Amino acid sequence: MSDIRNTAPRGEDYQPTPSVTGVDVEAGMGAGVLPAGPQPGEDASYSQGQLVWRRFVRHRAAMISIAILGVVIVLAFSSIGMGPIPGWWDKSYLATFDKIGTGSPTWTHPFGQDAIGKDFFAMTMRGTQRSIVIALVIGVVSTVIGTAIGAIAGYYRGWLDSILMRLTDVFIVIPLLVLAAVLGRTASEWGIWGLSLMLGLVTWTGLARLVRGEVLSLREREFVMAAQAVGTSPWRIIVKHILPNSVGVIIVNATLTISTAILLETSLSFLGYGVRPPDTSLGLLISLNQNAFSTRPWLFWWPGLLILTIALCVNFIGDGLRDAFDPRQTRNKD
Amino acid sequence: MTTLDITSPGAQAAPGDAVLSFEDLTVTFGTDFGDVHAVKGISLDVRPGEVVALVGESGSGKSVTSMTALGLLPGNARVGGTIRVGNKIVGRLDSRGLREMRGNDVAMVFQEPMTALNPVLTIGDQLTEGLQLHGIAYGKQAEARAAELLRMVGIPEPERRLKQYPHELSGGQRQRVVIAMAIACDPKVIIADEPTTALDVTVQADILDLLRSLKEKLNTGILLITHNMGVVADMADRVAVMLQGDIVETGTADQVLNHPRHDYTKKLLSAVPRLGVNSAAPLTVDVSEEAPTLDLRNLVIEYHRLGKPPFRAVDDVSFKVMPGEIVGLVGESGSGKSTIGKCALGLIPAHSGAVSIMGHDITQLKGKQLKALRKRIGVVFQDPAASMNPRFPIGSVIAEPLEVHKIGDDRSRRRRVLELLDAVELPRSFYNRYPHELSGGQRQRVSVARALTLEPELLVADEPTSALDVSVQASVLAMFTSLQERYKFACLFVSHDLAVIDMLAHRVVVLQNGEIVEQGLREDVLHEPREEYTRRLLAAAPVPEPLEQRRRREARHALLRELGDDVAELQVEDDYERPTLRGQGNNGPTPGGLYGGQ
Repeated sequence: MSDIRNTAPRGEDYQPTPSVTGVDVEAGMGAGVLPAGPQPGEDASYSQGQLVWRRFVRHRAAMISIAILGVVIVLAFSSIGMGPIPGWWDKSYLATFDKIGTGSPTWTHPFGQDAIGKDFFAMTMRGTQRSIVIALVIGVVSTVIGTAIGAIAGYYRGWLDSILMRLTDVFIVIPLLVLAAVLGRTASEWGIWGLSLMLGLVTWTGLARLVRGEVLSLREREFVMAAQAVGTSPWRIIVKHILPNSVGVIIVNATLTISTAILLETSLSFLGYGVRPPDTSLGLLISLNQNAFSTRPWLFWWPGLLILTIALCVNFIGDGLRDAFDPRQTRNKD
Repeated sequence: MTTLDITSPGAQAAPGDAVLSFEDLTVTFGTDFGDVHAVKGISLDVRPGEVVALVGESGSGKSVTSMTALGLLPGNARVGGTIRVGNKIVGRLDSRGLREMRGNDVAMVFQEPMTALNPVLTIGDQLTEGLQLHGIAYGKQAEARAAELLRMVGIPEPERRLKQYPHELSGGQRQRVVIAMAIACDPKVIIADEPTTALDVTVQADILDLLRSLKEKLNTGILLITHNMGVVADMADRVAVMLQGDIVETGTADQVLNHPRHDYTKKLLSAVPRLGVNSAAPLTVDVSEEAPTLDLRNLVIEYHRLGKPPFRAVDDVSFKVMPGEIVGLVGESGSGKSTIGKCALGLIPAHSGAVSIMGHDITQLKGKQLKALRKRIGVVFQDPAASMNPRFPIGSVIAEPLEVHKIGDDRSRRRRVLELLDAVELPRSFYNRYPHELSGGQRQRVSVARALTLEPELLVADEPTSALDVSVQASVLAMFTSLQERYKFACLFVSHDLAVIDMLAHRVVVLQNGEIVEQGLREDVLHEPREEYTRRLLAAAPVPEPLEQRRRREARHALLRELGDDVAELQVEDDYERPTLRGQGNNGPTPGGLYGGQ
């Protein structure tokens, strides 16, 4: 009892009010305290969100990944700048320079130069900017749409489910590449954001199916009935009770979508619908330079390394989130 | 069969010796968190025609012990000591030898017949499989034998049943099929792991009668694993009490149940709720003046089925729950008692009739009004593990109703949760724990705390203790009673256990097939029942006292005969021919003395 009062910041102002319940607090505590081990957080009271956040922060791989991803993002956007804002790197990705030797990495051009002498560091940074925007926008848009449609269809069932699932079927039967190509032609006029938004709007189908399946089984669980019996609104049941329980599926799918998005953008660029030269993306850099792999490997390795780093970081962050939401995952790791 | 170690004279069982014996048995599970000693050196014998009951609470190692006899433990288990089944030593058998032994020498009756039977195979397929695998009968012969087995366990029209699937049979019939499968190859010993736990009391009594006739007519040894002291008193010749992997007490049923020596046995026995022994105090509140908290009038609930007429689960049910009163709703599975509970919570719609809660008809309300009414109703579900969101820490579980109804701020909610944890006698440190980190009893306490968060005027409790061990059940019930006395909520207590109802309820409503059979004050209904069905129910509930239970059993058989029903028993005809193993006459277990027909 005294431990709780002394150490818990929020426990200090706790005053037992026996008038409400008639409970003898002191006796209740004395009788019930277990010899529990000294666990972090044992002394204070946390809400579900706080506990999830604490576990996420303690997930080492996820934290390191966030740091690395942060460095990559800062590097990409600060080096060559963005739009009208100039960066600290003095060479533009559009300008051509005199080739030094074969164009291999030098102090002037740390990532080397491409065939016509462009600064490859500037190009890679530009590509990273593009790829990160594409990957994250597609990841977020398709995950949000897929989760929302799947959850609504699964929870309400009936005609709403039929309509939403037939809509999903329509999206599934149209080949993604054709759809993306058609939309991409229009969307590429709106720039990179429009393109990624469009791709996000067509890649949510798989997740919607998976989430619907999860929700269909979860909604029959007794804890959902218990929540309904208390008077919980359907919206709150979906957001607070059902979705945290299907977060594993959602996150695995989201990380896969983000990796796929980078590749999808590459295919589109290759077909000439996505990012087009002189603008560039990581995928485009690799596909343009895959023939140079044996002769000028730096043209292949730098963008490849960055794609790998981004994909790995996203995966580890996803892992961390999933573990943070699932209380059974972390107990043995602590 | 050549791999069996029966040639060495030491392994030969002497005539009349145990058909199943454990000597100094130890079982250790290797896990990520070190070794878990599930069984710590126990010794136990089962002789032919004898029922040995292995009693203990969940986690005591009783099921693990029985699984060793079949060699069915998972790969991370290490077994020490000697297990003999007949004249075979289980530890020395290879996998082929083990397969020969299972079914032939030792068979198993599982707890849940629905999961023990394969849902996509017919009853006939499943029965003949064992016969064919062990070379007892093939083809038409096997089918005839299967039909005979079904007739033996008292299933009418066996030939038709053979072509049916498990879901087409009732729970009791399914368990009979499982028993028929167990006796198909005429094993010397049957292990019955909680054979009646999933069944209703009247069905339980029938299945126990059937198992008893098994030992009497076939001279089979039975190792009965159960936590139900009434079942022990009804069946067992000898009893072994297990606690945390050790046998703490053995003896005859009379010795253990009537003169327990070990403290744990005494504690177990005192925790068993008994009809008429520790009844609830009569209701002192004069309730006739007040308006009822829950008022069901001519309630009809129907489930709609695709392509079939709707199924009427509840038919014309009317009763009242007064403020401060506990009404027990008793009935067997399928009687509609849980359906009524769910309807009273507004979770399923009523076909006709009215469910009036504090003057409002919950089936007519929508949106805000429904939410406002639900604020005044608490609910405790049967399985606390299932009724709590596994991703919610305990603090959030209990605070959820406050958050839903937007009562108070974070600080006052936290204070209320801590108060409730105190009220249900749980440590406050549980605030940050997750449901899976708690034991079953602790979880059910959290469930009760959640139900009381909003200080409801009506509490609906749907079988709140049936998933718990007896001693845990006793403490949860005691807590429940004291909370009810303190908060004075009206309570609809749904249960199949008459003794639990007897401990708590002020009034009792007995349901059968969706209709009310009898209702009235507890003393009247449970102690002087007027209706035949109530008498049957009461007669079927076993009491943990062997002599008393024998008297009750005979009284029940007399009642059944009076009502024109048969007593369940093995139908063995005089010319019943025991199966023999083809071409294995020299080593097959054929102690002729046991085989009356030959």
